[in-house]
Amino acid sequence: MNRGLLRKIGARVAHVLVLFVFVVLLAFPFYWMVVATFKQNLDLYKMDNNPFLFNLPPTLDNLRLLFNETRFVLWLWNTALVGVIVVGITLLLAVPAAYALTRLTGKWGERLGIVIFLTYLVPPTLLFIPLSRVVAILGLQDTLWALVVVYPTFTIPFSIWLLMAFFKSIPKELEDAAMVDGLSRFQAFVKMVIPISISGILTVVIFTFTLVIQEFVYALTFISPESKQMVGVGIPIFLVRGDVYFWGSLMAACLIASLPIAFLYNLFLDRFIAGFTVGAVK
Amino acid sequence: MAVVETRNVTKVFKEGELGAVNNVNLATEEGEFLVFLGPSGSGKTTLLRMIAGLETPTSGEILIGGQVVNDLSPRERRIAMVFQSYALYPHLSVYNNICFPLKAQKVPRNLHKQKVEWAAGLLGIGKLLDRKPRELSGGERQRVALARAIVREPAVFLLDEPLSNLDAKLRASAREELEQFHKSVGTTTIYVTHDQVEAMAMGDRVVVLNHGVVRQIGTPKEVYEQPADTFVATFLGSPPMNLIEFPGVIVGFRPEAFLPSDLVPGSRQVKFRYHVKYVEYLGAERVLYGNIEGHLEAKEIVARLSWNMPSGYDAGSVHDFSVAETDLRFFDRKTEKRAEPKPYPWQ
Amino acid sequence: MAIARTSRIKSAGAAQSPLLGAAMFAPAVLYILALIGAPFLLAIFYAFSDARIGSTELHFVGFENFRSILHSPSFRQAVQNSIVFTVCAQAIVIVCSLTLSTALEQPFRGRGLVRFLILLPWVAPVSLGTIGWKWILDSIYSVITWVLVYFHFFTPFNTPMWLGEPHLAMASVICVHCWRLIPFSTVVMLAGRSAIPREIPEAAAIDGAGFWRTLFRIRIPMMLPIINVAVLFGTIFTFTDMTVVYILTAGGPFDSTQTLPSLAFATGVQGSDLAAGAAISLFLVPVLILVAYFMLRVAHRAEVT
Repeated sequence: MNRGLLRKIGARVAHVLVLFVFVVLLAFPFYWMVVATFKQNLDLYKMDNNPFLFNLPPTLDNLRLLFNETRFVLWLWNTALVGVIVVGITLLLAVPAAYALTRLTGKWGERLGIVIFLTYLVPPTLLFIPLSRVVAILGLQDTLWALVVVYPTFTIPFSIWLLMAFFKSIPKELEDAAMVDGLSRFQAFVKMVIPISISGILTVVIFTFTLVIQEFVYALTFISPESKQMVGVGIPIFLVRGDVYFWGSLMAACLIASLPIAFLYNLFLDRFIAGFTVGAVK
Repeated sequence: MAVVETRNVTKVFKEGELGAVNNVNLATEEGEFLVFLGPSGSGKTTLLRMIAGLETPTSGEILIGGQVVNDLSPRERRIAMVFQSYALYPHLSVYNNICFPLKAQKVPRNLHKQKVEWAAGLLGIGKLLDRKPRELSGGERQRVALARAIVREPAVFLLDEPLSNLDAKLRASAREELEQFHKSVGTTTIYVTHDQVEAMAMGDRVVVLNHGVVRQIGTPKEVYEQPADTFVATFLGSPPMNLIEFPGVIVGFRPEAFLPSDLVPGSRQVKFRYHVKYVEYLGAERVLYGNIEGHLEAKEIVARLSWNMPSGYDAGSVHDFSVAETDLRFFDRKTEKRAEPKPYPWQ
Repeated sequence: MAIARTSRIKSAGAAQSPLLGAAMFAPAVLYILALIGAPFLLAIFYAFSDARIGSTELHFVGFENFRSILHSPSFRQAVQNSIVFTVCAQAIVIVCSLTLSTALEQPFRGRGLVRFLILLPWVAPVSLGTIGWKWILDSIYSVITWVLVYFHFFTPFNTPMWLGEPHLAMASVICVHCWRLIPFSTVVMLAGRSAIPREIPEAAAIDGAGFWRTLFRIRIPMMLPIINVAVLFGTIFTFTDMTVVYILTAGGPFDSTQTLPSLAFATGVQGSDLAAGAAISLFLVPVLILVAYFMLRVAHRAEVT
């Protein structure tokens, strides 16, 4: 009896310990970012001060600096703009494509779906050099349009993939019933399938947006002027002025740009993972 | 000594709600095939899982071989279990599936081959040892699951609806194989099912459960012919027993006991005017659905005629039908439990 | 009425409409071909040319770029680093995510919050999380250093240069990669675990298997396809990443943390030598092909079973 109880307690302790260690290791940078955001510079740059606590009272100065004396808000706006347009383009191209591959093309549709998935494996760090030349030739260098044109190349394959999994779960009988009632295949798609797929489409919107915000290589390569920056590039490159890092404001910026995505991502996570594991997990 | 015993076992999943299992007391007899029978949600699987050690009782004791096992993990009880899905390890060959319990319980390696081959031989799957579970048919998988269970020579077998995943045709032959298996091995077996035909065919005794409560324990004959309450009476037998409500008493009789009056021998019988509504022709028998005349108009009454009884009882006809008095069952109107015969309430 | 209806049914029985299908996905396919396929070919073309930023001249130079790259010690260091970083990171990530997913499988109070916290490294944009680490690993102001000094592992004036000393810098880069990937990998593993039917570990428990035997002989073998997927994606994310290196160390000190992608960027964009940059980045392709092959195999196997 005692052995069993001891074992249970031991398992419990190990369980809590594992969770504690990992939560600390993974989340402490963010805790730290929160603290740094509100710390006075004097507090932040003193080596002796405990970095985990406020040794001097917290301040909003870093935030003030960020919003008033940097282009941070402009970058947020740029990012939002690019995000919205790219989401639009992605939906327009990926939703019909995913539907076609799921319903209309049979065996070779599946194969094509896999090929599309494979294009996702071609990384920006391979394509960015020729693309920078293409962008320059098209006259889009240093404009947000360069990103608007290029970003769908990775948002579309991923979205098709997500949506294919989603459409597969809708029973075919739905469209068949609509067609028996007189709708054409395309009408059935627009009037019946799309309204039902709102949650899948919403997932695609969220993840396309997060992919846009996360992207770094293209944004760094195609755009130089400070006023046209995306937030993911602006913060590390432009908030760092020379050798003086405005760490407080920097951390504030990181937090502000990260947390909303974190919340959204968390809500839609299961769908996202279903996309990655499609095929390997049944 | 009983192999498996439960004393006042209760399992409550959500506080304040009715338990999945409520105060169950039972004891198996050595070597018997005991069936837990009930509809879904009756607690039969929960009860089985508590005996296996996969769930812990909220209160009460479970004994195996006379020893209280509440605090023992599944592997410390001498049980083996066959799941509804068989739960074969998909990445292991049949041989390794059967061998797994031996390895887990640290049986000496030189005994493995011999034991696996013995178990496989018992179930006739010697030729399948190299295959993987996904290459096997449903019936073959059941045999592998049984082999894996028997190889450890457990004190009790627990079977959780192993036939429900097979299609109807296969079920009959698989059932027969299970019965043969039990005869040859003789281990005490507890078998869970919602199918009353299986229960009657296979069980030495049947435990009828509903809402986590034991309604009756008895041989198939006992639970069928002497049901303890209206639930047991209507759950066993298809079509179910006819029940007619009167003030203070419920009267029941089985469809096969409800026959044309001239076919019911003896004078101690109750006569009714029977209006036949429709007939199902099933080959070996005919099932009639109709109403009894009088103030009992509302309730539909079923009759079963075997194939060699005269025809002429068609839809729309009215006949004299009777039930022998000895075939009547009486149930208390309030408690629905079996009661003493009352004087004819319909006169 | 009935007659009018039947005449309007447009091949309801024919589930396949290849023409409509082609029309519906043609835009997407064309877009991808134009902006991935074409640039890919262009990259190959540039690798054999002398393209430079700011110059419109373009001559074919054969294998010249490749020859000079292969002789460059930076390149060889970059290849070595790419491989070392990727392999080390994957090994650490797999062990950590298996452990963490085991701890997260059973529901418990606060699991939602824990999941949110654990996911933060993955959901925050790469560049921003890395900038955070840059401060955490700063030679003077590092939080980690402060803690180590507090516990008297170091004296205040002899603190480690996390990003300044070659081996420490390499370890730092690997750590940041692991930090980013563990959440992703854990969530993938959780999906894999939940796909194991409940009855199989129960059968193992009844058969007499304890925690470790069930983990190594039953759970992990059944999760292999998922572990494969996690490793393959993790490999891609680490091998083709230039952001972490660029922000953390810019390839330094002395090229010790340079990887293929970051070297390609440094050469092609910062150094304006498009041709050499393209040539360097082409060396990513063999690994990508390998990964693609294994992914297809996993998908195929899953179809078959």
